[in-house]
Amino acid sequence: MNVITNNKWIGQRTIRPDGVDKVTGRAAFAADTTMPGMIWGKILRSPHPHARIKSIDTSKALALPGVKAVVTARDIVDFPVDKSVMLGIQDMRWMCRNVMAREKALFPGHPVAAVAATTEAIAAKACELIEVDYEVLPWAIEIDDALKADAPILHEFNKFEGKPSNIAGKLEVKKGDIAQGFKEAEVVIERTFTTRPVHQGYIEPHACLISVAADNKTTIWSSSQGQFMVRAMTSYLTGIPQSDIRAIPAEIGGGFGGKTIVYLEPLATLLAKKSGRPVKMVMTREEVMRATGPTSGSKSTVKIGAKKDGTIVAAQGTFYLQAGALPGSPIRGAVGCSFSPYDIPNVLSVGYDVLSNRSKVAAYRAPGAPIGAFAVECVMDELASALKMDPLELRLKNAARQGTKAAHGPVFPRIGYVETLEAAKAHPHYAAPLGKLQGRGVASGFWFNAGGESSAQVNITEDGNVVVTTGHPDIGGSRAAIANVCAELLGIDYRQVSVLIGDTATVGFSNLTGGSRVLFASAMVVTQSTEKVITTLRERAAKIWEIDPEAVKWENGAAHPASPNAGQFEPLTLAELAAKAPQMGGPIGAGVQLNTEGAEGGFGTHICDVEVDVELGIVRVIRYTAVQDVGRAVHPGYVEGQMQGGVAQGIGWALNEEYIYNKDGKVDNPGFLDYRMPVCSDLPMIDTVMVEVPNPKHPQGVKGVGEVPLVPVMAAVANAVHHALGKRFYSLPMSPPKVLAALEAEG
Amino acid sequence: MAKLHVSTTINGEPMEFLCEPNDTMLDALRGPLGLTGSKEGCASGDCGACSILLDDRLVCSCLMLSAEAQGHEIRTIEGMADGEKLHPLQQKFLEMAALQCGICTSGMLVASDALLKKNPQPSEEEVRFWLAGNLCRCTGYDKIVRAVLETAQDMREARN
Ligand code: FES
Ligand code: FES
Repeated sequence: MNVITNNKWIGQRTIRPDGVDKVTGRAAFAADTTMPGMIWGKILRSPHPHARIKSIDTSKALALPGVKAVVTARDIVDFPVDKSVMLGIQDMRWMCRNVMAREKALFPGHPVAAVAATTEAIAAKACELIEVDYEVLPWAIEIDDALKADAPILHEFNKFEGKPSNIAGKLEVKKGDIAQGFKEAEVVIERTFTTRPVHQGYIEPHACLISVAADNKTTIWSSSQGQFMVRAMTSYLTGIPQSDIRAIPAEIGGGFGGKTIVYLEPLATLLAKKSGRPVKMVMTREEVMRATGPTSGSKSTVKIGAKKDGTIVAAQGTFYLQAGALPGSPIRGAVGCSFSPYDIPNVLSVGYDVLSNRSKVAAYRAPGAPIGAFAVECVMDELASALKMDPLELRLKNAARQGTKAAHGPVFPRIGYVETLEAAKAHPHYAAPLGKLQGRGVASGFWFNAGGESSAQVNITEDGNVVVTTGHPDIGGSRAAIANVCAELLGIDYRQVSVLIGDTATVGFSNLTGGSRVLFASAMVVTQSTEKVITTLRERAAKIWEIDPEAVKWENGAAHPASPNAGQFEPLTLAELAAKAPQMGGPIGAGVQLNTEGAEGGFGTHICDVEVDVELGIVRVIRYTAVQDVGRAVHPGYVEGQMQGGVAQGIGWALNEEYIYNKDGKVDNPGFLDYRMPVCSDLPMIDTVMVEVPNPKHPQGVKGVGEVPLVPVMAAVANAVHHALGKRFYSLPMSPPKVLAALEAEG
Repeated sequence: MAKLHVSTTINGEPMEFLCEPNDTMLDALRGPLGLTGSKEGCASGDCGACSILLDDRLVCSCLMLSAEAQGHEIRTIEGMADGEKLHPLQQKFLEMAALQCGICTSGMLVASDALLKKNPQPSEEEVRFWLAGNLCRCTGYDKIVRAVLETAQDMREARN
């Protein structure tokens, strides 16, 4: 369904601008840089899940030779708990308490102090010399424990319905009359599901290198999903004005949402300021697992009612999501996305943000949506079998289309959900025979996608090539897609376009790499910047030819005289115009800064085949097809890559990934050996079908593609397992011990 | 404690460095040797981002003491291309978009190179099991496996 044709570069699998650096080891990630005089920072972390900090004595640590600075919560700007200060979607009251425990340590691994010393070993030793007097408190890890009447309360100031509570927030989405809707239903299915917190699992641990001059001029070198976020959060937490902080985005070794907040930068900045030396901090994998991310664990109840002909008349969802130790779970994604693939007249969707003594959650690919979709799409599967309908038919019958008013508010413009269902139905995978102990499941998913602030600068070099600077860290090939867009508009070879990610001092404000917004937003600002450049180029040619600029057209990388002057002058190429720039008005370049609008939500439909090893309890995914409404695939290789990567993460979430807590309230598996993410031999090839229904609100038709592919996966796998065994798992992960227990219970 | 002096060969060049007795080879590469192409994802032998060749044997450099490099030959990602000419695996990874963030890429390439040296005609299954020690969280492995299989075929054809 390739609707935009005749493109030279858009839709091509070009080589990414940063590619050679990344296959030769030259690319500089956060931990790859050093500075003269650099020293090392380390963090002392709480061993307790919940403890009041009565006092901290750092004198012995400071006395250790080689130690240059120590910081505690006292050095960090306090944001009192009674006044919210928002930075994007983050509340600085919680950020300030997340980077360093203030009144209480709230989870094992919560930072309590940080040390900078001449070597990592001395810094680690100094951490051991810090004496913290804790008053250990009772704790709660799981949702049910945190919601008990006599549960230990994490934050005395947090009230729900007038009483101190571990419920930190509630969000409700309503459409129609839910009671009436269920009255009309002839078949109703209601089920309760649980999912476990899972980590984003980026392979690059958090790292930064920071120097602060005596006048507070600060240089931050770190990897994150947003250098402007790093600058702002560091400024808020250290008191150094944003104009004094230059945040340089290193190459980032994966984020998936987990690097949309800071952990180290404020601490390293304060250590660098105190010591007068550049400070480098690198987390260990264990620190990453104990103290960063993950996404929420959850408990959801979903009820869907339909007529006998399959028309869904009512749907209700209640989603409890773990926030970790500080408020802020992604209930918006669970509440808002779960029912959006369907046109349902009566919907009630409610989410609760639940505190407990685990590390504070961070965004993870379509935050909240996969949790909700797991419950809804499993119920859809049960509903289809209760109605004796094909599960894709049931979805088609109720699918959201152009004009559908989604439960979360908006009326959909032209969307491609139906097309994903039809493509899935028509795919040979859907009709392929299955063997013994094999099963097939399908599921759909939706994610909002985001627009927001972006800046770009497009400059023509003196030799007639192009440098594009944007403000979004590139995690998955966005530079390649931007080169395609700019080269297409200019009509030049894509290799003439260099695409760079600017630091906070060299490019205008750009919001995070997150919400699947990067290509949507940056293609928009790059398009407008390039169009301005083309206008300048036409004006220059007009001046040289002494004709009206309107009579000059830009084609194939050159200015051509248009009618009535067509053929009168030889075309002027980009290189020729660039060479003449000094005489003809000066440098050629343009920048655009926008609050981009028109990001439309995306839909996916997945087909999964599994085979169950009933001896070992292992579920293997043996075939997988992901179909997605991708808008326009500017660089198909990286769109497919997003889809395949999302599916792989979902398979991990469905089958293996979970934190194991011990009786002391600590994570027992804080490493890659026991926190089992999918490895190469666990997975099959992941087939992709890109349905291209261009976003009408974007110059290239771009729609975010990065997050949708995680949303349907867990349900697709669970539905397949159900099909294979006739047994449904309501709780993730469907790991070997659980599968064996379920098979044994059956006898 | 005095540092240890190590003489070794890295990417064909004789090299010397000083290290602590408990430094890993990865520490030495990324520290005194300045070869930061090998990455540290776990320091426990579970992610493969630090993969190097020790006398043509694939090892996790985070599990090897740097002093053990004495008298041996080490190859890292920095030695994979022949000057300006990329190794066929490097070229194929680029053409097939077999990397997203790129943090696993050095290790993937070093490991794949070791595989093709041993087994120029691997099956998909052999590639998958060989690379099972190299975690990638971005790609779902699909394009990586395809790139290795295609490179193997290209290299076989080039030899024939
Ligand atoms: S860093 Fe060596 S295996 Fe992960
Ligand atoms: S490309 Fe990011 S981990 Fe492999």
